[in-house]
Amino acid sequence: MSDAQSPTDFDPVEPNTGEDFEPVDVFPDSNDFDLRPGADSCFKCSVCDTNCPVAEVDDDFPGPKFQGPEQWRLKQTDDDYEIDDSVMSCSNCMRCDNACPSGVPLSQMHNTARGEYVENQMSKTDLEYWRNRILSNYRLSASIASKVPRLATWGMNFGPARWLMEKTMGVTKERDFPDFATQTFREWWAERGGADASRRNAQQRREELGLDRNADKKVAYFHGCYSNYNTVDVAKAMVRVYEHYGYEVVAPEQKCSGTPMFANGMLEDARRHAEVNVSSMSDLVDQGYDAIASCTSCSMALRQEYPELFDIDGIEKVSSNTFEAVEYLRIHEDVKEDVQEAQVSGELAEEFAYHAPCHARNQGLERQSVELFRDLEGAGIEDVGESCSGISGTYGWKEEKYEKSMEIGEEMFDHMEHAEGEVGMTECPTCAMQMEHGTGYEIRHPLELLEAAIVE
Amino acid sequence: MAINSDVLVIGGGLAGLTSALKAAREGADVRLVSYKQSSLRHASGLVDLLGYTPDGEGPVTDPYAAMGDLHDAHPYKTVGVETVREAMGLFDDVTDYRGDHTDTNALVPTHGGTVKPTARYPTGAAAGLASDDRDVLLVGLESMVDFDAPHAAAHLEAAGVPFDVRGETIRFPGDLQADAKITRYAKLLDTNGEVAVRGRKKGARDALAERVNTVREKEARVGFPAILGDDHTDAVRAALEEKIGADVFEVPMGPPSLPGLRLEDRLFEALDESGASFETGNPVVDFDADGDTIETVYIEKNGAKIPNSADQYVLATGGLVGKGIESDRESVHEPIFDCHIEHGEDRYEWFDGDAFGDHPFASFGVETDETLRPLTASDSVEFENLRAAGSVLGGYDFAAEKSGSGVSIATGYVAGENAAAEAR
Repeated sequence: MSDAQSPTDFDPVEPNTGEDFEPVDVFPDSNDFDLRPGADSCFKCSVCDTNCPVAEVDDDFPGPKFQGPEQWRLKQTDDDYEIDDSVMSCSNCMRCDNACPSGVPLSQMHNTARGEYVENQMSKTDLEYWRNRILSNYRLSASIASKVPRLATWGMNFGPARWLMEKTMGVTKERDFPDFATQTFREWWAERGGADASRRNAQQRREELGLDRNADKKVAYFHGCYSNYNTVDVAKAMVRVYEHYGYEVVAPEQKCSGTPMFANGMLEDARRHAEVNVSSMSDLVDQGYDAIASCTSCSMALRQEYPELFDIDGIEKVSSNTFEAVEYLRIHEDVKEDVQEAQVSGELAEEFAYHAPCHARNQGLERQSVELFRDLEGAGIEDVGESCSGISGTYGWKEEKYEKSMEIGEEMFDHMEHAEGEVGMTECPTCAMQMEHGTGYEIRHPLELLEAAIVE
Repeated sequence: MAINSDVLVIGGGLAGLTSALKAAREGADVRLVSYKQSSLRHASGLVDLLGYTPDGEGPVTDPYAAMGDLHDAHPYKTVGVETVREAMGLFDDVTDYRGDHTDTNALVPTHGGTVKPTARYPTGAAAGLASDDRDVLLVGLESMVDFDAPHAAAHLEAAGVPFDVRGETIRFPGDLQADAKITRYAKLLDTNGEVAVRGRKKGARDALAERVNTVREKEARVGFPAILGDDHTDAVRAALEEKIGADVFEVPMGPPSLPGLRLEDRLFEALDESGASFETGNPVVDFDADGDTIETVYIEKNGAKIPNSADQYVLATGGLVGKGIESDRESVHEPIFDCHIEHGEDRYEWFDGDAFGDHPFASFGVETDETLRPLTASDSVEFENLRAAGSVLGGYDFAAEKSGSGVSIATGYVAGENAAAEAR
């Protein structure tokens, strides 16, 4: 039995291993990266592999079952086993989680394996390492760029510069960098009067709705980098919709959610950001706030990846009090009925081709927008199918992955082009980038449509 | 507040999908929630009604006729034979499956080389039926060890099929890696994606047909493992048929299964068309009841409990494998509502000493009244607004009888119909 615990009162005739014996408890506890959680529950049905958008197009990618449970087993039998470099081809779409009938936490295993690979096996002087690090620290680049938004938008898409970036750094020149907003969300928020103004708006609105003026309706908005620096209209819509229902909004101090860092195995970077986010969010949760995100990858990170990967004070509390913005309203307000009674005209009176981001799927939200808006007068919404968009954050920005990214997205582009509308809709900013890149359509966020429908 | 509907179906397998579809077609506002993606991904994609009697006799020729002889606790007896027919009518209405022209079971060759009696089969399997007397070539792929074509062919011959059958193993063009995923093959064929054959780029469909043509003799039918496309499977098959000059069919495979996936897609699409809502990815873990009325169930999402309320509920969470029924060393239980499940007190009574014996555990599940409401140990109704469907039901052994899909469809249909009728 080597280092396993000895079973007590073992009777070979009447098999009884005793109350205290836990047969899986054979490996010592360790604080190191451990790929183990759930590995023993995997019975090799391979259903996770049928969900993997990368395995569908990439001959060299062995799929989620290998990356998770199988790598863990290899590590157990071979002390010198190194993490296979194919783990860097996993785009962290996390679809495998939703597939596993045994509840094996596959994406957690992939994240830890990737973290271990980057930590121990990747050269820190390698250009690939720095390219990945720069791509995953989008917040830093964006905060610099937002100081000079017009110049940055132009400069980042300046042909010769992009050629150079591809040649030296491996950042594909095929893509257009997103436009930077001339005023960030936080600038707008401060100019508008911050939390105080939001409280006043909410109180006034509660009176209009016949609610208690001091009702306990308050949310902490995790806007993420993208709606702060790029799609500011989404963040504004979120604030207006919530105030419309009488919620006070606060926009606490926050860093990147860590999503692009998880996908690149930069777990230390992600932890630094997570500590800030958890600290400010957990204080607010203590005061009765719920955390709300408009980007489904951000809510996914706070809900699932943080507690799976980090041991930070207050993390469970933040995780269980985090919601996607529309989901929260569906639980607490009659938003469905309000939408049914509403109508839209003008700019958002469109037929939308809707794509559910992988990280929305994993939260059980893949149908939310379609089901909410299908009875909205003046607009239409059509689901363009279950394929992954293929960009997966930084994945599609890498020169060596660009073509695969487009191959994965092909099915979605095709469905979009066959859909009635020529405007796209999705919750995820990078999916939006890919949708726009593949079809040329303008892409909106469900909160923008919700604002147009119910906020006068 | 909570997310509301008239009927809430818990479970996204064949039973849950059928009950949601039926309830929605009856005009109810329906919501389906499923912990994980549908278990149809694990299923062969064949739809059986009754292949063998509980005594092991068979294959059964006419499943409807054989249902009359079942014991009274069998779910088919609870819902009645005519209702099984109606329920199959709903299934036929929303799929393009074959076999609805007759009451008689079809005989479909499996990847192990056995012949399975089944009531409905995908169009893609149609040209492979064992009752057809045209000769067959089975084509296996070097990298797909689940399907050994020469071995399956030998088995079929030994089973006495009325035709000659030969198996050949080829390499899938393009030299994919040895453990390529079935979705990789399907995607390449769906898009006729380029593969390299001796340094030249070719469409995957053309290259595969060319390779098969080098081993085909005069067989009128060619069977492949079920990898022939996902979204455009009819087009893939048609293209291969044209280039090979023979009928082409798919042999259903073990999990993960493309025919199962396609059926899942089709049924969710039908559910969408019916106006129902659905969500997958998170489990129902708890509920509130007022006396014997369920008021709200809670879906767990990373520690948050999302309330879902409905007037009527359908429990279609599966059996022991699907985890709709759980067991430990002490007892067997239904984990959400703790509905009563009859089982021997001593766990040594749960199974038979013979591996292929008559195992009591195979029939574990909830017992119901005639409207499919689960019953307590003293035969009273557990909850007046809860119904059960599919493998969570007791009283039958779907694995031995080959009756899993039929029971799921029939009981799902009845549960959905009753739930919609009772909903306000």
